[in-house]
Amino acid sequence: MNLQILLSIAEPGLNHFLIVSALLFSLGVMAVLSKRNVIMVLMGVELILNSANINLIAFSRFTALSLEGQMMGLFVVILAAAEAAVALAIVLNIYNRFNTINLDKISTMKG
Amino acid sequence: MELTTILFYLFSAVTLGAAAVMVFSRNIVHSAFALMFSLIGVAALYVLLHADFMAATQLLVYVGGILVLILFGVMLTNQGHNTGFRAGSVNLLPATLLSVTAAAVLIYAFVTADWAITDAEGLTETVHPLGMMLMGDYLLPFISAGVLLLIAIIGAILISTKLSDRSENSSEI
Amino acid sequence: MFTQASLFILLLPLLGFLILILFGKRLPRQGDWLGTGFLGITLLLSLWLLIVKISSHSTEVFSSGFTWALIGDYSFTLGIMIDNLTVVMLVVVTLVSTLVHLFSIAYMKDDVRYSRYYAYLGLFSFSMLGIVLTSNLLLMYIFWELVGISSYLLIGHWYEKKSASDAANKAFIVNRIGDFGMFIGIMILFASFATFSFEGIFGALEAGELPFGSTGWLTAAGILIFCGAVGKSAQFPLHVWLPDAMEGPTPVSALIHAATMVAAGVYLVARVFPMLTADALLLIAYIGAITALIAATIAITQNDIKKVLAYSTVSQLGYMIMALGVGAWTAGFMHLVTHAAFKAGLFLGAGSVIYAMHTMLHKRHDHTTDAQDIRNMGGLRSKMPYTYVTFLIFTLAISGIPLTSGFLSKDEILAGTLAFSTLNGHWILPMIAFLVAGLTAFYMFRLLILTFHGKPADETGHQQIEESPFVMTLPLMILAALSLFFFYSFNPIGASSGWFWQALERPLSVVPEIVQPAAYPIFYQAVSSVHTLAMVLSVVIALTGIAIAVLMYHRKKLDPAAAAQKAGFLYTGSLNKWYFDEFYSKVFVGGVMAITRILRWFDEKVVDGIVNATAPIARGISRGSGWVDHNIVDGLVNATAAGASQAGGLLSRIQSGKVQTYLVYILFGMLLLGIFFI
Repeated sequence: MNLQILLSIAEPGLNHFLIVSALLFSLGVMAVLSKRNVIMVLMGVELILNSANINLIAFSRFTALSLEGQMMGLFVVILAAAEAAVALAIVLNIYNRFNTINLDKISTMKG
Repeated sequence: MELTTILFYLFSAVTLGAAAVMVFSRNIVHSAFALMFSLIGVAALYVLLHADFMAATQLLVYVGGILVLILFGVMLTNQGHNTGFRAGSVNLLPATLLSVTAAAVLIYAFVTADWAITDAEGLTETVHPLGMMLMGDYLLPFISAGVLLLIAIIGAILISTKLSDRSENSSEI
Repeated sequence: MFTQASLFILLLPLLGFLILILFGKRLPRQGDWLGTGFLGITLLLSLWLLIVKISSHSTEVFSSGFTWALIGDYSFTLGIMIDNLTVVMLVVVTLVSTLVHLFSIAYMKDDVRYSRYYAYLGLFSFSMLGIVLTSNLLLMYIFWELVGISSYLLIGHWYEKKSASDAANKAFIVNRIGDFGMFIGIMILFASFATFSFEGIFGALEAGELPFGSTGWLTAAGILIFCGAVGKSAQFPLHVWLPDAMEGPTPVSALIHAATMVAAGVYLVARVFPMLTADALLLIAYIGAITALIAATIAITQNDIKKVLAYSTVSQLGYMIMALGVGAWTAGFMHLVTHAAFKAGLFLGAGSVIYAMHTMLHKRHDHTTDAQDIRNMGGLRSKMPYTYVTFLIFTLAISGIPLTSGFLSKDEILAGTLAFSTLNGHWILPMIAFLVAGLTAFYMFRLLILTFHGKPADETGHQQIEESPFVMTLPLMILAALSLFFFYSFNPIGASSGWFWQALERPLSVVPEIVQPAAYPIFYQAVSSVHTLAMVLSVVIALTGIAIAVLMYHRKKLDPAAAAQKAGFLYTGSLNKWYFDEFYSKVFVGGVMAITRILRWFDEKVVDGIVNATAPIARGISRGSGWVDHNIVDGLVNATAAGASQAGGLLSRIQSGKVQTYLVYILFGMLLLGIFFI
């Protein structure tokens, strides 16, 4: 019976999706903060963007009952694509210049 | 226990697990493939949220486009150095602390917040209304997004070309 | 339909300005066709608007607008308003502007900043049309300033010449004085009625509201707004900038400083006429009369062809202002329109003469003779027939000879002043008006005779003078046709039966009855009773003026030099423009200089004295404090510096140059904020 209650509570609602997105966000933050490789950092950024998108779409589904949230999500995807293209171009440029893409080696702005 | 519930937990686990593999793997190629699974999991979550068009977009753009781009990046910046595939870590302690705190704060905020939830089934058909919105109220952002992508492409080409290559090309023209 | 068309008219010159200022130099022929074409389109549209509006919607007022900004309870609206006054002004502005564009194609053809010139003309046309179309005072003030800046740019077009850049500065600064008053006036109205729109202000006044509850404030507001007109329309005492503005290219003088911008002041007074009290109107009438007299007396002795025309413009503007002041609203505005045509024509004719003289002098490599001095001209009639005939028509028009447009409007103004004096007893006004009419006829014929008749000053040079090209004479011919009577009224001796008079009736006053000027029916009756007298008198006086000019300069029966001798100080005063510039330079510039001298004296004697006296004492103290300084203060300073350096060294470690470390700080801060807010 306890199991029954637990399962009925566990029916996925807004909070469940938000929690997934929060965890995804924290994993993305982890990657962004701790990885040496620029490309890993970029992947972390993609995770963060995805977590934001999950939020947008979840709210669109559970609160507003309109497509505004999905529309926002769509534009986030478009921006992410543009961001990825430009960011990787920058990575290539960095590689050509410093011959490495390890962020901790690129510290010419050191004060 | 309904099917959607099972599927939700399944795909959440796939998404988060793959993301964790991505973050903690030491091989960058493994990370990229883990990211792919994570993104597919997110797409599946979209389907559960009745956002089938978004799910398709997610698959096409992220898995088909961005991921391939990332793999290109990996390949182009590690010519011949096997050791380069190794991705070391920095700031491990603060990063862990901060991300755990971030997750805790966010979850606490989400759970305690008093969301105005509409207790109804979501809109089931999304592709047609989305199309109408894109060509209606969102026409200007839509077109701007197109221009933005064009600029991003041109910018990416310009930035990634080596300076010496660029001048050579222009002298040929 | 009307509002859309007029918006199009307004924005087309702006578009032309933007295109020319950005790409002008790269366009074929530097884009003169673009500016001219755009203005041509606006002219056609304006003509269409005029015909449709007057013929079928004569009594309606079209307006549209939107709220621009909301600040508290105040709303600022932008909008346009179209009534008969507007459509007539639209045609005047676009017509003169188009013709000037056309004329400039030849006149400016070798100029180094040719496309820049056309761009500025477009900017000017845009701002001027804005003034005409706007429905509220705030927007009008904005366009007012825009007109000022484009006038500044165009006067200073040849800014390499010091006199041109000085004149541009002078025009701008003198205008600022008037604009300042205008702004205060607008703010008085806004402070009490919380609106800028004409409709709103007039409505509130009609409902019996008064600014700060007194008619005195209303009079003050009217006079302060009139200050703007004093600046822009070059009225006494701010008239000094207009003659100097002749340093700009001659077509610009025709457009801005004869036909349109200087008429903006008159337009403003005509626009706010309903809210002007009798006292304000009386002051306006006197200012106009004084201006007309002063400028006319200066014009009779000037020798520069453009200077004569400039003073003539000031004088005629004074006429218009005076007409509005005495209540002859329609006559004043009609004089604006007819004057725009013939004075633009006179300036363009002068431009044509200057162009011919300049070309001739250039061919002969003569760089010392002044191409604008009428004493160097003479006998041009045979060489420049088109210019001569058109110039003659314009001269007849401005002198007020029957069958011309100038006669119609001037005659009505004279009748108006006469009627005003029979009602109120201000006899000085019609006396000045008639005197100025005679002076005008005299100096204009003096100009005409010295330029086109008589013997050439230089026979060999005279042979080389040629008529100007067709693009320059065509605008002259169009304007000459427009200086004839039948465009304004089919009756050559009475304007009041024409469409113009019917379409533009004096607006009803909205000020409280005790401070209202004489009501229109009473005034109109007075005008009709003196109309014939005014007409006969004006023709006689004009003919007298012409006769004296002919006797003096053509038949040489009278000696101008002897007359000048006899006039004594009057002659020298007029020649020196009644010393206004010297007066301003002495009083205002000199005043400031005197104050600075006094302050300098104070500085040198008093302050320096005190300083010098304190020096020995200070030396003693300083020796004592020097020790303290060296040992204690310096030690502290050094310690502080060392501390700062140490701290800096510590802090600079944060600047590791590693992006991710920065990210850690950022996220840490963000989380703190997040926790704080939860």
